[in-house]
Amino acid sequence: MKSRIARKFQALRKEGKKAFIPYIMAGDPDIKRTGELVKVLEDCGADIIELGVPFSDPLADGPTIQAAAQRALGGGTTLHTVLEFVSTLRNSTQIPIILMTYYNPVFKYGDEKFIEDALSAGVDGIIVPDLPPDEAEGLIRLSRKKPFDTIFLLAPTSTEERMQKVCHASRGFIYYVSITGITGTALSLDPFIGSHMAQIRKISDTPIAVGFGISTPEEAATVAGIADGVIVGSAIVKRTNGPDEELRQYLLSLRAAIA
Amino acid sequence: MPALQQLEQAYAASKKDKAFLAELEMLQKTYIGRPTPLYFAQRLTAELGGAKVYLKREDLAHTGAHKINNAIGQALLAKKMGKKRLIAETGAGQHGVATATGAALTGLECEIYMGSDDVARQSLNVFRMKLLGAIVHEVTIGSKTLKDAINEGLRDWTTNVRTTHYVMGTVFGPHPFPVMVRDFQAVIGKEARKQIQAAEGKLPEYLIACVGGGSNAMGLFHAFIHDGVKMVGVEAGGRGIAPGDHAARFAGGSIGVLQGTKSYLLQDDDGNVLGTHSVSAGLDYAAVGPEHAFLRDSGRVQYAYATDDEALAAFEQLSRTEGIIPALESSHALAEAVKLAPKLSKDEIIVVNLSGRGDKDVQHVARIRGVEL
Ligand SMILES: Cc1ncc(COP(=O)(O)O)c(C=O)c1O
Repeated sequence: MKSRIARKFQALRKEGKKAFIPYIMAGDPDIKRTGELVKVLEDCGADIIELGVPFSDPLADGPTIQAAAQRALGGGTTLHTVLEFVSTLRNSTQIPIILMTYYNPVFKYGDEKFIEDALSAGVDGIIVPDLPPDEAEGLIRLSRKKPFDTIFLLAPTSTEERMQKVCHASRGFIYYVSITGITGTALSLDPFIGSHMAQIRKISDTPIAVGFGISTPEEAATVAGIADGVIVGSAIVKRTNGPDEELRQYLLSLRAAIA
Repeated sequence: MPALQQLEQAYAASKKDKAFLAELEMLQKTYIGRPTPLYFAQRLTAELGGAKVYLKREDLAHTGAHKINNAIGQALLAKKMGKKRLIAETGAGQHGVATATGAALTGLECEIYMGSDDVARQSLNVFRMKLLGAIVHEVTIGSKTLKDAINEGLRDWTTNVRTTHYVMGTVFGPHPFPVMVRDFQAVIGKEARKQIQAAEGKLPEYLIACVGGGSNAMGLFHAFIHDGVKMVGVEAGGRGIAPGDHAARFAGGSIGVLQGTKSYLLQDDDGNVLGTHSVSAGLDYAAVGPEHAFLRDSGRVQYAYATDDEALAAFEQLSRTEGIIPALESSHALAEAVKLAPKLSKDEIIVVNLSGRGDKDVQHVARIRGVEL
């Protein structure tokens, strides 16, 4: 059975469209606000939502998302509360939801129980930036025949061998990290991104979404020109605790750019 | 990942590279000052009234701690790999000083990450790093100690991986770091084995070392792993074993995954890493090297802890009885020797790894004791 993510990409492909994938931190500053934000994102044309699970040591994140994680942890948000939240959310929306978390909270929860609970809550997939596919056998095996996608990362430095591994382990989409770096770093698209994309597409026809460092509609448009989806994180997180009207305008400008 | 594979290959090649090994050995001798002495602490032994206590004098290594053994090894390797820049985390500042020294020696650029709490309590080492030409970045997020310095170091490495080598300071992090750092530190145990045999005609009954990430302990233990020698690793008991008050991972932790390593970790029920406390910055860390987790689970090594107060008492006792001011980290190992020696007979031998000298801690101890300098 295909996940909501896979079905979404299929539908977009048919229409010749690209996916807009905003990221927000769950529980920043509390989970009620996250509920409001999901609605705003959906209203403004998000195709898939990436929901950050706060962790004490977010190695792949820059200052913006680090601070958001600290606020969320301060408010008591955990992997458990995020799963409960998604479960409630499913009464009002069917938008595909991916959790972005680090491995330790999942490990502590237990791989098997996590997949089970995430699925029954209505989560569609998971991104774990500190877990390479080589170490993710459990999660991959447990989710394989289920509508739950394991999404792994490729970077501009990835070798052919790594591309093979990540392509085979990824379901839903492949996450191409646009820069060598952490979230929120200014975007400077690697000159090899085009040839890398071509290389990946030779290995796999799984959609490719690009993220890290994308903040302006121009950048989003450029990336949409070469990838199947555009992920915007820090630039949105910076605006989630400001006036909703500004956030909406910003989201709409991104949506318009990702044609 | 590609950087780790590249490092693994380069490290494997270096182990067979005669020129590399000859250069390392030459620098160990002429630059670091190896072999470091194995010293019989006669007056401390008499005061404790039991086993003979020997000290492996890593405090006499260049820059004042064992950290230099690893830093020089990795600096040479980075140079050989064509890297232009070294980065590292530091807690007590000793690894930062050692890395800055390795960078100066090899002509590489150097930037060091250090938690702001540690910057405050180890200010002397911050200035030393700057003198050595390094840039020191203060890390103000999270627990503001070693763990967060490692996070920032790894973030830098992810960003600048093409030009930069990350000099992990202890037997932690993703493979090949734990193995490589242990190998560069194993010289401690190799020397100690020969030295104790020359002095006493036998191997010791006990080895004791403090365990932050665990590099000085692995360095001492490794050469004795297949002998019957008993080994004790000493963690930081801080103010006592309550969450947030200590860094005794074996006493208060459970298995988790942090910074690319699966090992014992101080964490809450949701898998978030707990805050830690220790009087010594170098032991103030929520996780422990994975080989120590293995040695503890297999029963080969015993792990104990010493509290802040016990470590401070040992710090003062060694200074007074032997004229050696130990690092606060090493004072944790000494505190265990103080407890153990009186229970053993006079013909038994304990070797304590005196992993560093205490000059860096003098101001901090004065502050704790309410002495104005
Ligand atoms: C003198 C000294 N001993 C011990 C340590 C702890 O590190 P490890 O457990 O890796 O030896 C440090 C770390 O900063 C140190 O400076």
